[in-house]
Amino acid sequence: MDSRAKLITAVAVACVFLLAVLLAAGAVLGSGLEAPERALLASLLERRFGAVLMIVFVACVFLFLILRATHEFLVLMPARAAEEASAMLEQPTTRLTVQGGRELQALIANVNRVAEQRQAQDEDIAARIRAANAAAEADRNRFAVLMSELAQGVIVCNPDGRVLLYNRRARALFSGSSGQGMAALGLGRSIYGIFDRHLIAYALENVDSRRHTHRHFVAATESGRLLRVLVAPIPEAGAAAGDGAAGTAHGLAGYMTMIEDMTETFESESTRDRLLQDLTESSRGQMGNLRAAAETLSDYADMSAEDHRRFLAVVRDEAESLARRVESAAHTYAAVLKSRWPLEEMLGSDLLTAACRRIADRCAVQVSLDDVDAEVWIKVDGFSLLQAMTYLAARLHDEYGIKDLRLRLSRDGEMAHIDLIWSGVFMSTETVMTWELDPMTLAGESSPLTVRDVVERNGGEVWFQRNHASYLAFFRFLLPTFSGEEAAASSVGGAMADSRPEFYDFDLFKGEETGLALDDRLLAQLAYTVFDTETTGLEPSEGDEIIQIGAVRIVNRRLLRHESFDQLIDPRRTLPAGSVKIHGITADMLSGQPPIERTLPIFRAFVADTILVAHNAAFDMRFLELKEAGTGIRFDRPVLDTLLLSAVLFPNQESHRLEEIAERLGVSVLGRHTAVGDAIVTAEIFLKMLPLLAGKGIRTLGEARAASEKTYHARIRY
Amino acid sequence: MAKKILIADDEPNIVISLEFLLKREGYDVAVAHDGVEALARVRAERPDMAILDVMMPQRNGFEVCQDLRQDPEFKDLRIMMLTAKGRDTEVSKGLALGADVYMTKPFSTRELLAKVKALIDRA
Repeated sequence: MDSRAKLITAVAVACVFLLAVLLAAGAVLGSGLEAPERALLASLLERRFGAVLMIVFVACVFLFLILRATHEFLVLMPARAAEEASAMLEQPTTRLTVQGGRELQALIANVNRVAEQRQAQDEDIAARIRAANAAAEADRNRFAVLMSELAQGVIVCNPDGRVLLYNRRARALFSGSSGQGMAALGLGRSIYGIFDRHLIAYALENVDSRRHTHRHFVAATESGRLLRVLVAPIPEAGAAAGDGAAGTAHGLAGYMTMIEDMTETFESESTRDRLLQDLTESSRGQMGNLRAAAETLSDYADMSAEDHRRFLAVVRDEAESLARRVESAAHTYAAVLKSRWPLEEMLGSDLLTAACRRIADRCAVQVSLDDVDAEVWIKVDGFSLLQAMTYLAARLHDEYGIKDLRLRLSRDGEMAHIDLIWSGVFMSTETVMTWELDPMTLAGESSPLTVRDVVERNGGEVWFQRNHASYLAFFRFLLPTFSGEEAAASSVGGAMADSRPEFYDFDLFKGEETGLALDDRLLAQLAYTVFDTETTGLEPSEGDEIIQIGAVRIVNRRLLRHESFDQLIDPRRTLPAGSVKIHGITADMLSGQPPIERTLPIFRAFVADTILVAHNAAFDMRFLELKEAGTGIRFDRPVLDTLLLSAVLFPNQESHRLEEIAERLGVSVLGRHTAVGDAIVTAEIFLKMLPLLAGKGIRTLGEARAASEKTYHARIRY
Repeated sequence: MAKKILIADDEPNIVISLEFLLKREGYDVAVAHDGVEALARVRAERPDMAILDVMMPQRNGFEVCQDLRQDPEFKDLRIMMLTAKGRDTEVSKGLALGADVYMTKPFSTRELLAKVKALIDRA
């Protein structure tokens, strides 16, 4: 518009100017003429007036065209270029069309080049960010793997005692004793639910005052396991560990606990101590009796026959009981000794297969498996045993040229026999038994251990046997067997289904702003327990009961899938046939389950101080309220209902059923109609709703509750 | 003819008791103080039974037992191991190497005598 106005103005001005010039020229000419000449000129012009007008008009048109072309060149093209350039700000891949005069073209070309540069830079930055993120992600994954595979449990907390990292082992140590129930340990939960507050406070205090970097204490779990806990403060970035006053507030970004289950070590150590004590202190009495009697007998050879007999009886007595004591101590000690070395449980056949491979690799010897009992479990230090067997095979090959060996595994009562068999060449026992005592050197690899050392470490024996009749000779390794059931039971808990566990959230380091009232807290920062119940029917006040509660937690906007609560409940009434079709829970599944009185307190503990979320919460809450009197458990936490929130967000939709909301928000619905499955779907829906609510200006808990109240469905009461 | 028993042990204090006991029971007794001597005396004197301690210098009881068992000449020789090494694995080893009976110290003298009698009268 502006440029067109400019054009019109320019043309108008030009035309006016032209006319003015013509008139002025005419006037000047006319003023230099005499009257008759002027009259002549005037009459000339009058006759040719049409032509003159035509010429003037044509001149104007030419002017217009010229001005327009100039305008195009000098005003429009730069203006267009300027518009394209502003588009370039939004869309960095556009380029200006090259147009206009040489100067303008040069300018446009340079602008394009600048744009190229900028785009290249942007892409470079983006690539670097991606690489950095990938590296960070890889680091985090490595870290997660490291944490989860540690033999010790690790829990990291912020200064308020909120858990923000834990590993698999810690989880296993604190898994609840109430069956499926729940774990006391979870992200965002308080560590004081697991350890006594005072213990931790004391440990941390002493760290500061004594300039140690960490401190130990001993605690017991619910299930009676004894734990040794190391507490180390995590200083604020920049502060040293020793700074800061006693207490958890100053200079502390959080603290870490490292937990070791020392129940077995403790037990075997205390057994050992008891043994020693027994032998030294208690035996002394008996030794004393014995010695006194023996010395008296020898010093007073002239005593009466009666006394003689009595003293001898004493000697005999005490000797016998000392013998018994030593016998039982030796027995106990043998059992304790077995637990000292880090031995692995394995199938004997697995060890032999590995031995075959190793021996075939290291020596040019053919090894085959003879009769192998596949059911035998042994508890051994696999590697050192393999070394020993390979060493013996190598010596057989090097010194006697034996090229064929067989391995056999059999069971003899509590012992396993592993035989390294060969045929044909016999050597004297003497020679071969010295091999037991030589340090094992094998083609470059050498070990300071001897075969005897290895066998002792594994709690076994080894010897050499010859069978003249069958022309066979073998080394026999005698090793204690291990019961397979123990093997299964000793593995830590069950396998974790998740390959990328959500065991940490470093955002939680920041802690909570405790100054704000709950209603003023931002929805995005709160922790939630999203739950769902399956019931016998739809009438809570007509005797219908809860038969399953499933719940998951949301902490810091993340759904913690494996910190879930899942419990079937015995309703102590019959199950209507129709309801089984809906939730798939049969009476069989419910028999033997705990009743609501036992489950509700555990669920309440699981909820802790989070906000409750459910779909059509009024229904579930009514059930819980009706149980208040019977169980004494109140659910007084604020409740958000995804059904009401859906009504707030999509007021014009007809249905707010869970499946439809899920579809609307792009949440996949698998595993429906189990309480946990429904809880997870509800949780995902809730998370997707949060930004939508924020878009409507609903950011705090109070705002969400107020909006929910207003919607129509809130008027339905059960 | 009286049966002959060889006692092989390097500890004189147990040899005293064993020698006395066995002589009292009417057996002929020979004594060796280490593994090499034990083998030599078995070959020389052909006892009916040998009582071997495991922890002996020169050759230990297991080796002596194994050596003797390799030799078909001594297949009728009764061997008793009498030792402080009493773990299950060691007992298994002793029996696997050919000992007829394995007794751990401290033992009851009555029991020992009963076992000797049972063993030697089998021959």
